[in-house]
Amino acid sequence: MSDVREFNTRPAGSPGAESPLAWSFQRQGTPPREAKPGVTLREKAFLGHLVLRGGAIVLDEAVRETLGLALPARPNALVQDASGERSIQWLAPDEWLVIVPGGEEFALESQLRQALGQAHFSIVNVSGGQTVLTLRGENAREVLMKSTPYDIHPQAFPVGKGVSTVFAKATVVLRRPAEDTWELVIRRSFADYCYRWLLDAAAEYGVIVER
Amino acid sequence: MFHIYCPYCEEHREEEEFHPKGQAHIQRPEDPEACSDEAWGDYLFFRDNPRGVHHELWVHAVGCRKFFNITRHTVSYEILETYKMGEQPTITAQNLPGKDKQSGVQAASGGWQTVGARPESEALNDASNQGARV
Ligand SMILES: [Zn+2]
Repeated sequence: MSDVREFNTRPAGSPGAESPLAWSFQRQGTPPREAKPGVTLREKAFLGHLVLRGGAIVLDEAVRETLGLALPARPNALVQDASGERSIQWLAPDEWLVIVPGGEEFALESQLRQALGQAHFSIVNVSGGQTVLTLRGENAREVLMKSTPYDIHPQAFPVGKGVSTVFAKATVVLRRPAEDTWELVIRRSFADYCYRWLLDAAAEYGVIVER
Repeated sequence: MFHIYCPYCEEHREEEEFHPKGQAHIQRPEDPEACSDEAWGDYLFFRDNPRGVHHELWVHAVGCRKFFNITRHTVSYEILETYKMGEQPTITAQNLPGKDKQSGVQAASGGWQTVGARPESEALNDASNQGARV
């Protein structure tokens, strides 16, 4: 049993919550609807993000038990459950990013702490610090090619891969959960910058923002 | 731009993702209280500056954020190998294949420019040490 004090950062009741992009949406707004957009942008706000650190073997046992997913042991790997709503991504040899539907993260953290017991590990709830953007459409790859030096050719970046890399002079966790979908995990403090960068980079292909 | 192979991410990444962190394999004197001022000064302040093969510490700052080592040629800027923390280089100034050697290239410890400066990593620098100081 873990003796770490846990704290649910999600308040009870339903107080108004604002995503990292709330300010951008209010000030910048969303571009006018395009008939044939080359790029579709959407924020997956308020998801639960946990950063797990520790030895791969103990963490693997714990996430199999709690999430039913195997910990990706290979560098730059991303695994998801059947629904695609829960995922684990390799970030470093001793660090993984877990993303689950919003509201599940606190219970998951408790279960993981229970399962890990006295093992040497750390779990940090970073849900408030970052947000997920999805990029779809036939020109999504062109937009990424303008923004990151990482090779995103399908051969170099197959489905099920995820990397932390440079994005528009900021950093991003870039992942490819499905054939036609790219996910960008961006920092809250860079959200407005990244949003405006993406709108600008995607403007020539026609871009819509789904809300 | 360089493509640098991160031994933890197991792939080549843009130079932009990395930061150099100076000379690698610097050993802290085991007993700082007992070591000489000269030895402590060497540890703190004196670094190799060879014309040739140099072992360096780098960090994959934007990627996995791990530190690792690069063996780099300071004349050609060629990256000869990268390896994880705790490992030893397989390419050193002593065993660099002849064809890669350039005339005038000194061994790793040849850059000692201060009288009294000693290589921090004896294991790496021993072999060439004598020659360089004559
Ligand atoms: Zn790396």
